[in-house]
Amino acid sequence: MQVTSMHFKARAGEKLADRRLQSALKKLQGNFVKGRADRIAELDNFADIRDAAAAIRDRALANLDLYLEAFEQKATAAGAVVHWAQTHDDVNRIVREIAAQHGVRKVVKSKSMVTEECGLNVALEGAGLEVVETDLGEYILQLAQEPPSHIVAPVVHKTRDEVSDLFAEKHNAPRLTDIPALCREAREKLRPHFLSADMGVSGANFIVAETGSTLIVTNEGNGRMVTTLPKVHVAITGIEKVVPTLEDVTTLLRLLPRHGTGQSITNYISVNTGPRRAGDSDGPGHFHVILVDAGRSDLLGGDFREMLRCIRCGACMNHCPVYQSVGGHAYGWVYPGPMGSVLTPSYVGLEQTRDLPNAATLCGQCHVACPVKIPLPELLRKLRERQFARGLKPWPETLALKAWGWLAARPALYALATRFKARLLRAMADERGMIRSLPFGGGWTDRRDFPAPQGRTFRDLYQASKAKAN
Amino acid sequence: MDSRASVLARIRARLGKAVTPAAAERAQVAEYLAGHPQGPRPGMPADTIARFCERALGLMTSVSELSTLDELPAAVARYLAAQGLQPAAVCWPQFAALDWRGAGLEVAARPARDGDLVGITGVFCAIAETGTLMLCSGAASPAASSLLPETHIAVVPRTRIVSGMEEGWALLRAESGVMPRAVNFVSGPSRTADIEQTVTLGAHGPYRVHVLLLSQ
Ligand code: SF4
Repeated sequence: MQVTSMHFKARAGEKLADRRLQSALKKLQGNFVKGRADRIAELDNFADIRDAAAAIRDRALANLDLYLEAFEQKATAAGAVVHWAQTHDDVNRIVREIAAQHGVRKVVKSKSMVTEECGLNVALEGAGLEVVETDLGEYILQLAQEPPSHIVAPVVHKTRDEVSDLFAEKHNAPRLTDIPALCREAREKLRPHFLSADMGVSGANFIVAETGSTLIVTNEGNGRMVTTLPKVHVAITGIEKVVPTLEDVTTLLRLLPRHGTGQSITNYISVNTGPRRAGDSDGPGHFHVILVDAGRSDLLGGDFREMLRCIRCGACMNHCPVYQSVGGHAYGWVYPGPMGSVLTPSYVGLEQTRDLPNAATLCGQCHVACPVKIPLPELLRKLRERQFARGLKPWPETLALKAWGWLAARPALYALATRFKARLLRAMADERGMIRSLPFGGGWTDRRDFPAPQGRTFRDLYQASKAKAN
Repeated sequence: MDSRASVLARIRARLGKAVTPAAAERAQVAEYLAGHPQGPRPGMPADTIARFCERALGLMTSVSELSTLDELPAAVARYLAAQGLQPAAVCWPQFAALDWRGAGLEVAARPARDGDLVGITGVFCAIAETGTLMLCSGAASPAASSLLPETHIAVVPRTRIVSGMEEGWALLRAESGVMPRAVNFVSGPSRTADIEQTVTLGAHGPYRVHVLLLSQ
């Protein structure tokens, strides 16, 4: 997928002014944030489960090569074909080769963020294949030709009215406005695709080393269709998604739906191991798994290694005041919110993504909400340090900090300057003591007034109180 | 070097490990996989069956009682009539010999195809913690029958209700020893909340899931 993260600031401004988006984002907070809080309260030992979940992810990553080998061996023994992809282009090439090998013409997909990274749909369409997204949200986005704006609720930025217009236009059908009717319309459009597709492409929420299985978590049932009906199933997943055992995956499943959608469990959890067996009446005849590196191994053992624990639940973005205000599209690549602000610079480079590590207030909510205890604020801070070390900070910011540093090293001058500044700001204030517009401070005063200093500086007050105490 | 070797070599290098894994490293991983220890379990009430029913109802699964298997056709007929649904279905082969005609039903013992409106299945077991059905695919338990029809009716013997998913895996290891092609955990009718976060039942799979709790 094309990276447009360099336009974060401009995009964020547009998104803040977008009324429809703002009302859509409000709902997300209510449902997902409250839903998570309610569902974790059901677990009397939530803290222990969360500790165990982080430990499971760390255990898998500490011996990643060996668990991947174990997975490969079991999957192969069950009849699956395991492929290794070093880059996004490798993934696209491998899928095209599998399609050619089996004479595939139509591909149905269930939601997969890795394939968004790869731009797989474009690559397959370029090879003359028909590709149909079947998750309702992803299907809407495919019709609208837009990227997802959330990793769990991809179409959170769209209102029902927009979906009504889109379906009426693209399906060439009467405009429906009732949400259940819209869902049925999509069901009826997509069912024939499931039945006529030659290949199903899915992601995997986890892969299990003990059994060589891939696991997907869904609500709609499209994931089951994609992995059951077509004659070929290709599961595409990052190498970090491996989990040692079925018991480990069970522990993680106590947290993933609760943190993702505020559900105790999703409607479907499908664990797939190898192709159709002798005597089976359904299931794919061919099962391929593609293990994708594409930058993941570079994070191992380094400053950002904790990021690989991520189970893609989306809680960090649901709880992020910046995401809540600007939505996912402003971030400009596949992964938005705090996890995206760490992953995107790591996968596509800091140069193209300068604003992302700064698109956070470091309030710490993401760290608190993360089911696998990823210290996201700390990782964002490390990225900021790297930016500074590599001279990637914007020059006005660098200059301002240098000037402040010079002044702060001269206490007498500093006292004088701050006293002057406080008076100046007070003189600029209106009768309410607020400043409506600040030179060089438009980013603040465009949307809210700036409270003017009301009297003496802190240093003056401190001196005075010390004098009194003596 | 091929892709596989490159990825594995890069992982080992980044983790600061020697080029080839030592026997001890491999043994440690193999031992963990063979032992598959459980994680911390949340507290559960003593009455597992009541918990299953409470959670299933919360997921919009409906539940009713069945004292013997012979009563299944009548129970299905009652449910379909109450829902205003047509008296036709497909079922898993284990229910083929029941007297469906006698209950006024047209039931075919074959895997579901598109257009079949009701699928009658058994389960491998059911999970009380979350009110979930565990189904394993196989020649005698086609996966499509719980997926394609708009209504899914599942017969759940009381004796097959286990506490958590861990017990489900343990049963599978003990009774079969191999992973089936698909293990599907089903928790209520299919649903979506993609449009305006509004929960709507019957996305791509069934609109209704009905559990018949079998006593004997
Ligand atoms: S970083 Fe944590 S909270 Fe964010 S998506 Fe990943 S697992 Fe969820």
